[in-house]
Amino acid sequence: MAVIRDRPLPAAGQAVSVETLGMTMRFGSFTALDDVSLRFPAGGFHALLGENGAGKSTLVKCIMGFYRPTSGSLMVGGREVEVASPRDAALYGLGMVYQHFTLVPSLTGAENLVISRAEVPAVIDWAQERRALADFMDRMPFDIPLDRPVRDLAAGQKQKLEIVKQLYLGRSFLVLDEPTSVLTPAEADEMLGLVRGMTERGELTVLMISHKFHEVRKFADTVAILRRGRLVGGGRVDGIPTAEMAAMMIGDVKLAELDDRVPTDAGAKPVLRISRAVAPDRSGLKAVEIADLDVRAGEIVGIAGISGNGQKELAEMLAGQRPLASGGILVGGRSYAASRGETVEHRVRFIPEEPLQNACAPKMSVAENLYFRAFDRAGGRHSFRLSKSAMRRYAGRLVADFKVRTSSLDSPIAALSGGNVQRAVLARELTGDVDLLIVANPCFGLDFSAVAEIRARIMRARNAGAAVLLISEDLDELLELSDRILVMSEGRIVYETKAQAADVAVIGAHMAGHH
Amino acid sequence: MDDTAIGLWGVPLAILAGAIRVSTPFIFVSLGETITERSGRINLGLEGTLVFGAMTAYAIAVVTGSPWLGVAGAMVVGAAFGLVHGFICRLPKVNDIAIGIAMMQFGLGLAFFLGKSYIQPAAPHLPSIPFGFWSGLPQVRAALDINVLFLAGAALAFALRWALANTRLGLTLRVVGDSTDAARAMGINPDRVRLVATAIGGAFAAVGGAYLSLYYPGAWNEGISSGQGLMAVALVIFARWNPVGCFLAALLFGGAGALGPALQSVGVTSGYYLFYAAPYALTLVIMIATSSPNRPVPGMPGALSLTK
Repeated sequence: MAVIRDRPLPAAGQAVSVETLGMTMRFGSFTALDDVSLRFPAGGFHALLGENGAGKSTLVKCIMGFYRPTSGSLMVGGREVEVASPRDAALYGLGMVYQHFTLVPSLTGAENLVISRAEVPAVIDWAQERRALADFMDRMPFDIPLDRPVRDLAAGQKQKLEIVKQLYLGRSFLVLDEPTSVLTPAEADEMLGLVRGMTERGELTVLMISHKFHEVRKFADTVAILRRGRLVGGGRVDGIPTAEMAAMMIGDVKLAELDDRVPTDAGAKPVLRISRAVAPDRSGLKAVEIADLDVRAGEIVGIAGISGNGQKELAEMLAGQRPLASGGILVGGRSYAASRGETVEHRVRFIPEEPLQNACAPKMSVAENLYFRAFDRAGGRHSFRLSKSAMRRYAGRLVADFKVRTSSLDSPIAALSGGNVQRAVLARELTGDVDLLIVANPCFGLDFSAVAEIRARIMRARNAGAAVLLISEDLDELLELSDRILVMSEGRIVYETKAQAADVAVIGAHMAGHH
Repeated sequence: MDDTAIGLWGVPLAILAGAIRVSTPFIFVSLGETITERSGRINLGLEGTLVFGAMTAYAIAVVTGSPWLGVAGAMVVGAAFGLVHGFICRLPKVNDIAIGIAMMQFGLGLAFFLGKSYIQPAAPHLPSIPFGFWSGLPQVRAALDINVLFLAGAALAFALRWALANTRLGLTLRVVGDSTDAARAMGINPDRVRLVATAIGGAFAAVGGAYLSLYYPGAWNEGISSGQGLMAVALVIFARWNPVGCFLAALLFGGAGALGPALQSVGVTSGYYLFYAAPYALTLVIMIATSSPNRPVPGMPGALSLTK
């Protein structure tokens, strides 16, 4: 099959070089990207590092035609080009794989590929298309079932299909935006290895946005590091030690350090005990079944697993959002259904993922949101009237303690940045005595300093004697914080290990369902 | 009762006949709503479109003497209603369900207002094909006297299923309905697709109305629809947004609607009126039985405002 491409420049299946010259992007008085000149030679695997807001996505969006840069120019294959829209970018063979999936879930892989073409015939001859797709897939290093709806594919398969889609469209330069954030370590290695192979054969130039140093080190040839919109360093990966990369990314900010791990009292009783708890999962077709899970005072139990294997349902069961079909949850030895009375009595606190949606009333003020745990119990007694002055005092104290950056206590909490919303929720949940803390993906999408501080707070809560259940998709985070790690796969806990002796490969294999 | 009475056999026969006769408006409205909902938008105003289409078709048929011109006219006004709905929903911060309810009331009110003078005159009926010619029983002949629009609706259901899987337009519609972002990323304008899909949905619903006033029951009055347009929307969910499923579900609803009259005709004198409520009860039972508080309905287009 002739590879579909919009224009024969440059040839499909042939890597192309891309270069930015003095790229600058201003939004009003804010400079998101300041005079960035970068060269990505053809057939290279390049990495782009930077914190949130460092200008990585602004740079990429300028290259892809989503933004018109304020000044600066773009060269493709050594020629200056004008890219005014994503369509123009496609003309020059520039493509992007986004962090979130852009495939249409209810369509099959084949339908997704065909409909994404620039020219689709009015009536699709599926017999012919299937033959052409089979020919095309023969030349691809990826093996993906194309006849199933995309929503039935595993995350790794979806991510590969996203890349295949770009290659099917004849792209010669691919931007991968944090491509491995939803993959297991083994899936990530496999996928990046295959992409690396394509760059080595000169079929593709890759620019990968990442925050995982080991991936950059293992797969990339060159790295460029952005901070606050400026290019602060870069070069060949083997010439820059990891510590130096990290230092360039964060600048001279001092990161919060983890407290030392206080040994868990050997005789500590389990605070949380789940036995044979069964609940239907999101689709309602399968069940999530937690046979046996204990969390003792003064330990962090980490739950690892690929997104969508029942962790969300587990968190919802513990939050009282998902009724149990059978089995039970005990907290402090007594049956627990997450009513407000029970959470107060057993001092249970909960930090769900995406806290703005799941733990805040987005349009209510910062002060009101911070007061949710305390508003009806001023001074230890039930109170009828809401005291505004007490609320402001309380909220002001929390904001200062947890360094929440907000313009005012009265601004809606939705106006805060992701890191500050997470800090505010942490402040609310960790103030006062905590016996049981349930945390889900607390650091997703936050920058280094916020991540370090949040992890330090969780460790401090553990050392103060709280039982902590940490559900996370970030294996590095689990290895750093947990005492024990449990792996969830297909709605069950399939593996348990001490965090200190943990073997990442074994954990990864269990995450992927090989057990 | 007739001399050639077939006794209790009349009940299943009447249900079959009713399924064919009563289902046609359901077929057209639900196919129209399927197209609209597959694009990610809900048009609850189809009840209004149905009634306005019935009035328009009847009025045009009275004036011109041609029922087919009436159907064509109904399609035009139905599409216009759909365009108004689609256009308003393009504006920011507009809720398609609220607009749908407003459009329903608007369509009903306008139809009653403009249709006052057409309650009396008689319009020519749409033609039907006597598939029952081989039988000596009048009931069988009556039951198999099938209207052309029913056949058109059945063909349309299968054609639509094919088109959703095998044409560019079909795939585009499904992309827009499942993921607005993915559609934008492909350079498809979701608003335009939804506008067109709502207009087509309105045109189909109006054909259903034309059938009501020009064939069965075959006269224009204000109580002509009695909520069939709304039931058809429920039927789309029951049919899981599948056109052929819509056709079968419409037959089921039509059969249920024929239960009351059928019982009455075989001499059941008490309680039969309860069976007049069968379609409504069926709607309720089906919605409860096929829903769950813990999971979304399978097959639901991802961009529907109900999903969010």
